[in-house]
Amino acid sequence: MNLLLVAPILLPLLTAALCLLAWKSVRVQRWLGVAGSAALLASALALFAEVHVRGIAVSHAGEWAAPFGITLAADLLGALMVVLGGIVGLMVSVYSLGSIDEGRERFGFHPLVQILLMGVCGAFLTGDLFNLYVWFEVLLMASFVLTALGGERAQMEGAIKYVTLNLVSSAIFLAALGLLYGLTHSLNMADVSLRLARLNYPALENLLAVLFFIAFGIKAAVFPLFFWLPASYHTMPVSVSALFAGLLTKVGVYALIRVFTLVFRDDVEFVKELMLVVACLTMAVGVLGAVAQMEMRRILSFHIVSQIGYMIIGLALMTPLALAGTVFYLAHHIIVKTNLFLVSGAVARATGSFELKKSGGLYAAQPGLALLFLVPALSLAGIPPLSGFWGKYILVKAGLESGQVVLVVVALAVSVFTMISMMKIWSEAFWKPHPLGLTPAPVGLLNGPIAAMAAMTLLIGFGVEPVMQLAERSAQQLLDPQSYITAVLEARR
Amino acid sequence: MNTLMALLIGILYASGMYMVLRRSMVKLIIGLALLSHAANLLIFTMATLRRDRPPLIGEGETALAAPYADPVPQALILTAIVIGFAVSAFAAIMIHRVYQTTGTDDLDQLHTTDS
Repeated sequence: MNLLLVAPILLPLLTAALCLLAWKSVRVQRWLGVAGSAALLASALALFAEVHVRGIAVSHAGEWAAPFGITLAADLLGALMVVLGGIVGLMVSVYSLGSIDEGRERFGFHPLVQILLMGVCGAFLTGDLFNLYVWFEVLLMASFVLTALGGERAQMEGAIKYVTLNLVSSAIFLAALGLLYGLTHSLNMADVSLRLARLNYPALENLLAVLFFIAFGIKAAVFPLFFWLPASYHTMPVSVSALFAGLLTKVGVYALIRVFTLVFRDDVEFVKELMLVVACLTMAVGVLGAVAQMEMRRILSFHIVSQIGYMIIGLALMTPLALAGTVFYLAHHIIVKTNLFLVSGAVARATGSFELKKSGGLYAAQPGLALLFLVPALSLAGIPPLSGFWGKYILVKAGLESGQVVLVVVALAVSVFTMISMMKIWSEAFWKPHPLGLTPAPVGLLNGPIAAMAAMTLLIGFGVEPVMQLAERSAQQLLDPQSYITAVLEARR
Repeated sequence: MNTLMALLIGILYASGMYMVLRRSMVKLIIGLALLSHAANLLIFTMATLRRDRPPLIGEGETALAAPYADPVPQALILTAIVIGFAVSAFAAIMIHRVYQTTGTDDLDQLHTTDS
């Protein structure tokens, strides 16, 4: 048993258990939450270092050899995602010290965040399809409760849509799993991949691939399955929506990448073409939805949808460069999007509203916060030399190399519209004077995580070379599933 | 048997989908439960139904003889049922809370957070 592989799952579980033991003391829970997230990040970094140096790490639960036991496996992508999960977890834990209200803390906010992180890390690390379903359910259950925690009217309305759509997605995932098991008699991803390659039922494979695409597509919020996202993400407390915005849809994208690079490798041309269309429409519809909004978090929610479209590009093109672009984009997006949600919370705290019409005057009162907003905002729009520019540049280059002109045109047009949205937030919340003549209140502690994540964005932007090399190595690994299969099936202990 | 199961699963999916699309929240929850039951039965059927063939290695044999009832899908269904139970319990409480806070059971009235 490789302890590094189980630590990112066990540490949040342990923290959640300790939080439950300290149920009566909110203060203890707070610091347990921060300490647990920090430990998670540290263990994630250790795992990443191990995978970076020694290659794919594999561990079998109970020492049952590969197709029989439950496999945990981390390749570069999985380890990178766990690190990003740790970063988001730590930042949100620190942010919620100053942001979440005590009522929610009393009803288990901190343990729920940890359980959510456990589910997310489990989904990134598992090498077994049914186990992936179980981790999905773990993180969904925690997210359901976090969505509804507090019980405000808007929240409950958002929650019912969120819960319904995610349960439908789970049912489809489960059905697809059953059909896949009937076809291959295995659930271990590496083993399924081998067995599926030996079978020759292109029609059935395409059907299964579409089912998986729909199930994960709902979770990743691609067009036309994204409507639950902008209907619910703006109703939750900021800490929760930042956590969800950073991690949950990306778990869906990760699952798509994993399934379509490892399990369904050939014979799924239909789904590849479908993905191209879906990527274009997701980018375009998401960004157009955002243009129509005047509430900060609604705008940002629609931008999540639009950005998911960029990540699907790499999957649809499936060239080494495009896939590297997707991995790079994932890393950039998780940090930037979480940060933007954190900023929106700080803006609302300072000016008293998420509504752009009712806020303003922040640039005059707090130029520091304004600058901190500009870093992720411009990065999201893709202004050089910030991280978003490089992500888009790589994807556009890959699109041109594959001759997908329409895709490239859409991607570039969407980033112009993204810029318009960001400038709308800038001019309304920061530039114009406050409509009621109020001076925005200081936000204190909230600046800390925002500044840290802005620094990470700058770091990725200016130190793009090592990150890109990492993304390229990860893409090579993904495009050579044989290395993953060998690592899983031939691992001893 | 397979035909019968296929028909049953089809009916469950159809009625589940129909219920999910209704306006009442209670019917929505029932629909979701039906969908997950349909998925469970689908897994059960996909593992090829067989009578009187337990997956036991007979005396003097070293491997399982070919037609046998596969135990793995049943283990999967068991897991899925447990998860489904927890999810249903949560959903039932949630719609109760939604009803308490909004005062309505009609999903068409719950559109203030949509864009």
